[in-house]
Amino acid sequence: MTDLEAFRQEIRAWLEENCPPEMREPVRDDDDVCWGGRNFTFKNAAQKLWLDRCVAKGYTVPDWPKAYGGAGMTPAEAKIWREEMVRINARPPLSSFGIWMLGPALLKFGTEEQKVHYLGQIARGEIRWCQGYSEPGSGSDLVSLQTFGEDKGDHWVVNGQKIWTSYANKADWIFCLVRTDKTNKYQGISFLLFDMTSPGVTTKPIKLISGSSPFCETFFDNVKVPKDQIVGQLNRGWDVAKYLLGHEREMISATGGADRAGSLGATLGRNGALEDPVLRAQVALFDVDALAFTAMSEKFMDEVKVGKGHPAFPNLMKYAGTELNKARHELLMSAGGSTALEWESEETDGGALPRAWLRTKANSIEGGTSEVMLNVVSKRILELPGA
Amino acid sequence: MPLYLNEDQAMLADTVTGFLADEGSIKKQLRHYRDMNCKDGFGHALWKQFAEMGLTGMLAAEADGGLGMGHVEAGVVLKEIGRNLTPSPFLTTSVMGVTALSEASADLKGRYLPGVIAGDAVLAVAIDEGAKHRPERIAARAERSGNGFRLSGRKDFVVQGASADAIIVAARTSGSDSDADGITLFAVPRDAAGVGHNSVRLVDSAMASHVTFDNVELDGSAVIGEVDGGRALLNKVLAAGRLGAAAEQTGVASGAFDITTAYLKTRKQFGQLIGEFQALQHRAAHLYSEIEIADATVMKAQQLLDAGSEKAELMVAVAKAKAGKAASLAVREGVQMHGGVGMTDEFDIGLYMKRDRALAEFLGDQYYHAQKVAELSGY
Ligand SMILES: Cc1cc2nc3c(=O)[nH]c(=O)nc-3n(C[C@H](O)[C@H](O)[C@H](O)COP(=O)(O)OP(=O)(O)OC[C@H]3O[C@@H](n4cnc5c(N)ncnc54)[C@H](O)[C@@H]3O)c2cc1C
Ligand SMILES: Cc1cc2nc3c(=O)[nH]c(=O)nc-3n(C[C@H](O)[C@H](O)[C@H](O)COP(=O)(O)OP(=O)(O)OC[C@H]3O[C@@H](n4cnc5c(N)ncnc54)[C@H](O)[C@@H]3O)c2cc1C
Repeated sequence: MTDLEAFRQEIRAWLEENCPPEMREPVRDDDDVCWGGRNFTFKNAAQKLWLDRCVAKGYTVPDWPKAYGGAGMTPAEAKIWREEMVRINARPPLSSFGIWMLGPALLKFGTEEQKVHYLGQIARGEIRWCQGYSEPGSGSDLVSLQTFGEDKGDHWVVNGQKIWTSYANKADWIFCLVRTDKTNKYQGISFLLFDMTSPGVTTKPIKLISGSSPFCETFFDNVKVPKDQIVGQLNRGWDVAKYLLGHEREMISATGGADRAGSLGATLGRNGALEDPVLRAQVALFDVDALAFTAMSEKFMDEVKVGKGHPAFPNLMKYAGTELNKARHELLMSAGGSTALEWESEETDGGALPRAWLRTKANSIEGGTSEVMLNVVSKRILELPGA
Repeated sequence: MPLYLNEDQAMLADTVTGFLADEGSIKKQLRHYRDMNCKDGFGHALWKQFAEMGLTGMLAAEADGGLGMGHVEAGVVLKEIGRNLTPSPFLTTSVMGVTALSEASADLKGRYLPGVIAGDAVLAVAIDEGAKHRPERIAARAERSGNGFRLSGRKDFVVQGASADAIIVAARTSGSDSDADGITLFAVPRDAAGVGHNSVRLVDSAMASHVTFDNVELDGSAVIGEVDGGRALLNKVLAAGRLGAAAEQTGVASGAFDITTAYLKTRKQFGQLIGEFQALQHRAAHLYSEIEIADATVMKAQQLLDAGSEKAELMVAVAKAKAGKAASLAVREGVQMHGGVGMTDEFDIGLYMKRDRALAEFLGDQYYHAQKVAELSGY
């Protein structure tokens, strides 16, 4: 038996022993997700047990170094971990912007003290993070952002407004893009971290078309941020921001894969909707795209591991994956018929289907819109001319 | 296994890419043989060069004088064939024909494989009966007669049929037309009495035959594999051929895409390069994404087929459908983005459109394979 096979056996046995049965049920909605943080209430004992067990082994962030709360898995081992998790339908023990976005950025740009402190908190699910990038006047054109941090010697005083800050009202800390030099567009932004309970921070939830209010307007009124809470160099926060966006796009693109649900038609086959031959044909054509994208995702991950592939490729993945996910939910709605219109009935889990359908519309907006992704692909990969 | 070429495969790709970009180019091969109205539709000299490079027998077992390689390697060759629109009997002979012969008797292998490997012989495969690919229904019939069989029926879209040294024919030896069982594969020699060819030139300048079999006498040694038990072997030949055609289509798509983006970077209108127009940039970027996804899918299917995985059948269907979608988009966008010159014979982009059309039909189009995906997924 090779080392990797032995490793797989070990993981499989550990999961069998330690993953509670309730944590092998599909995640139905946001309420089922374990986000961690100071104010998080666990939905049930199994959710907490599953988190505690994984934290003890470093399995919330399996490929981070052990010193920072991870399990120190190699890329090949981490792939096995993911495969074994999927095999038993295990829920992720912990989901967070800390794991997906801030963590990778800190691993690359953070100081040793920052890594030990912040990464450890993320790995243990102690601190929940939110992302303060977008502003009312700066969405796709993020680099035009205006929120300003005034230098006061040992700290900055931050003033301004962010918008679309996901879970800002539930988060403990924010990673935030702040202008620290008004004379330099790209090299005048710093990447700051601060506590959402700092005096001067307020949030105001925004209600979405899906009915929930997961994101906020976030206001900063003379917020004091100590100087050691900067990631990377002063005025070079754009480098950190871009690096982080790459990870964000990878993460969002993963939602398009067919691996979670398998073939769409196979799941719809049971409800009779596929008796309509034209709908069935559309679903079959969709499944071709979905299964094909699964192969693309696998290839992408394999190439990332060995540093192959174009650095702008996550943009393509984000574009393709999110457009696919939207198409999937359009078909789910058609197949659902009038049941899929029910917004508040018990039988429909409180309108889970139409709410999820509407939520997917944000996939091709959040983290950079599809149009912006296509711009990046055409400029950076295809090297087409023009501004 | 990671989803990219390993070192040996990358080396093969390097060699084949250089070789076909030069010797297999559109000018030296496709246009040359088309313009001289060549009756075979391909050049024998290049076929001989394929043999010298060891490509003709790459899928044949080493014990049979081949290289014992797999579908990933064959796909490397086919992708470059597609990129250069090289007319070649490689797919029907070295991929489908050799796959069929892998289960033939030593005698039959001895009759055809050495010629194939040496680049002297060519094989054709006769499956379709009608304008659309429907291998589930096979009506051509071989009745037992003495020690052998007597074959009657008609086959369509037999690519390079008239130049083949042998045609591998899927015929019914028992049961009714739509039965899964009762199929037998035969190797019908070129000079067999009662074989009629109506050879026609296709849109992509390849030659294909409507073949009629009128009481063709075949001795028992013409049987490949088991009598009545040929469906599994037929499926193996189909999988190899479909995946090969898909690989070729990814090459067609890349070739069309490359000349189109090159054109976007040189053609000026309204005082600027047309590649500066966002309307074209977004379509080009979307197309690129589709081609990349098709590429990954084809390679995934090749690896699964080489590994003998039970998931291979599904992924081959996905690959043929996805490569078909991507290549079709590539040639349509290619012609459109060329503007008026895209309609001229002088520019190559139209040739890509024609080859893609032929490959799209070959062994099932994207609709056939999407239907297959549905069936295999249980709906
Ligand atoms: C569900 C959700 C969660 C979010 N979470 C967060 C978060 O946690 N933190 C955060 O900071 N932000 C978050 N965002 C904000 C998100 O990043 C922005 O919405 C996104 O960057 C687009 O900016 P915008 O909304 O201002 O749209 P705009 O930039 O105004 O775009 C409007 C339209 O114009 C198009 N467009 C813009 N520029 C171009 C161009 N150059 N070429 C072609 N078309 C163009 C866009 O594609 C879009 O279709 C979230 C958004 C959503 C929907
Ligand atoms: C069969 C045929 C018959 C014809 N007959 C005649 C005739 O009888 N008389 C005559 O005078 N002409 C004729 N034409 C010429 C025809 O009008 C031109 O081909 C057409 O105007 C396009 O110009 P072009 O070929 O130079 O393409 P280009 O203008 O070079 O266009 C190339 C590509 O760039 C795109 N493009 C160009 N500008 C923009 C932009 N601003 N934004 C976005 N995309 C852009 C185009 O849509 C196209 O996809 C004929 C053409 C054909 C194919």
